[in-house]
Amino acid sequence: MGKTLFDKVWDAHVVTEIPGGNQVLYIDRHLIHEVTSPQAFNGLRRRELPLLRKDRIVATADHNVPTKDQDKPISEPLSAKQVRMLTENCAEFDVPLYGLGHPYQGIVHVIGPELGITRPGITMVCGDSHTSTHGAFGAVAFGIGTSQVEQVMATQCLLLTKPKKMRINVEGDLSPGVTAKDIILYVISKLGTGGGTGYFVEYAGSAIRALSMEGRMTICNMSIEMGARGGLIAPDQTTFDYLAGREFSPQGKDWEAAVAYWKTLPTDPDANFDVEHTYRAEEITPMVTYGTNPGMGMGVRESIPVSSDIHGAAGIAKAMKYMDLEAGKPIHELAIDYVFIGSCTNSRIEDLRAVVDLVGDKQVAPSVTAIVVPGSQQVAKQAIAEGLDQKLIAAGFEFRGAGCSACLGMNEDKVPAGKYCVSTSNRNFEGRQGPGARTILASPLTAAAAAITGKVTDVRDLLLQPA
Amino acid sequence: MTPFTTLSTTAVPLPIEDVDTDQIIPARFLKAVTRDGFGENLFRDWRFDKDGQMKEDFVLNNPLYRGEILVAGANFGCGSSREHAAWAIGDYGFRVVVSSYFADIFRGNALNNGILPLVVSPTLLDEIFKTIEADPQARFTVNLEAQTFKNETTGTVSTFDIDSYKKTCLINGYDDIDYLLSQRELIEKFEQERQDFSLV
Repeated sequence: MGKTLFDKVWDAHVVTEIPGGNQVLYIDRHLIHEVTSPQAFNGLRRRELPLLRKDRIVATADHNVPTKDQDKPISEPLSAKQVRMLTENCAEFDVPLYGLGHPYQGIVHVIGPELGITRPGITMVCGDSHTSTHGAFGAVAFGIGTSQVEQVMATQCLLLTKPKKMRINVEGDLSPGVTAKDIILYVISKLGTGGGTGYFVEYAGSAIRALSMEGRMTICNMSIEMGARGGLIAPDQTTFDYLAGREFSPQGKDWEAAVAYWKTLPTDPDANFDVEHTYRAEEITPMVTYGTNPGMGMGVRESIPVSSDIHGAAGIAKAMKYMDLEAGKPIHELAIDYVFIGSCTNSRIEDLRAVVDLVGDKQVAPSVTAIVVPGSQQVAKQAIAEGLDQKLIAAGFEFRGAGCSACLGMNEDKVPAGKYCVSTSNRNFEGRQGPGARTILASPLTAAAAAITGKVTDVRDLLLQPA
Repeated sequence: MTPFTTLSTTAVPLPIEDVDTDQIIPARFLKAVTRDGFGENLFRDWRFDKDGQMKEDFVLNNPLYRGEILVAGANFGCGSSREHAAWAIGDYGFRVVVSSYFADIFRGNALNNGILPLVVSPTLLDEIFKTIEADPQARFTVNLEAQTFKNETTGTVSTFDIDSYKKTCLINGYDDIDYLLSQRELIEKFEQERQDFSLV
């Protein structure tokens, strides 16, 4: 019987299997950031252990960094300390660090791919659940806890049980105004936040194959939001074209050999999955979330369910109280206060271009604070080279420096209590963007449309308007 | 890691599904650089209002409910991979979390910190909530060696699954890192023998 993409990559990294079903899995690349690494470095010091493989680890600062005045010292003392600890730890253990001020600095899941560190067929981990992003390249990539960060530092391996396999097929053509973000919000709304628990997901089908690498990263990024251990997509010419010529991509004969290997990775026709779901791309409309987890999503024109197969009435009622919304009613045209375009889900150059294209000559509504946060210094540089920053600023957006920003309420960028924010990020949990903040997850297009109208908007209405 | 063998205690009910790690420990409390002290901010925004006053309707603020077992709704620990969530639960004083299922990363983090994520059937979970509702002093006994969970009020004894390796680790207080370090020779052999396109 044939093997899946996931089987091929996972099995090629099993060092040994131990009684009880656990496997020792070799980790090719390890990304670290300032929040989940200090305790791991402390552990190494306590055990008097070195890093086993210094050439397999890369660090950046992203969660705590301010997105304004990045050339000045970080004003928040605890954030400053955590970033300083990362710098000191990386110096002591000889870890390459793309810290604040470095041209490669940015959100860890944006810089890995854009530097060519992420590539097909590898295993990759980071103390961050959105490590699933890198699966877009056909890598087995997943988030880990800090104890595991320490294990990888010390041994380049993890002890794991192999997850089960799920395939999600999205077939057909997306309608205008519908993006990769809408696909994944749609899938999560069908499966719920726990629907992928215990599984590694392969995304397949013609609608997935038609996506750019940026779109594929958006899809894989949110695998964790349905509880999946990770998500991945078969590498193809789109993957190879993206990686060719990147800073750390293989070159010359190494490139030829690598591509030849990568072409062997896609799932064999006779391979089996434990579970398979198939959706039609044409049925997906621009999506928004209405509740307090990413599974509470719906088409922008739909009404909030009172209960569903996935969400009990009690769960929805609790979410409605927090969101100050009413089950059974739509949220289309709900007045909003903030728009956040950024995060490891949607902060890449293609996302910024899409926003600028949609906005055109229109202006951000006076009632809305709208910020655009590029995912990395390189994305920011590219946006500036294309003049996107000036167009955004002219339209009334703030254009910030790279970082995780308002995705997680950890740095200075927060949404105030009680305010609604249409956000291109990945989590609408209570307090995620700041205590009491009310998050509505959406695509960059839908977020840009909300910035212009000041309301939750069906972006297709703007697309129909003459330029 | 503190070894875990048996535990007999009252339990704290949290009958909410999909409790995410942002609720267990909000991101603004992740700035510490050690593993200590997270318990005081466990469920911070459910326990305290914006002025730092206790919310009396939250279960951890109700003196009726105490104990080293937290009983929670399905899909406990979803969302962020932050191990700080497991540290906060352990630091607060819980040794066991009972639910009908756990998010994968949280489950691993709990086990790596000597906290037992104990999976029961949805029916049994419902029965446990009812038992605690009827009597907040109801006791439950966990025996890891026997893999049993006993509701001392109803006398119901159920078994639970845990892989044999993780069970040994918990009982003896071993970390995965101890085992992985012992595999150094095999790891180096693997590195030498395989075809590697990850660094070229």
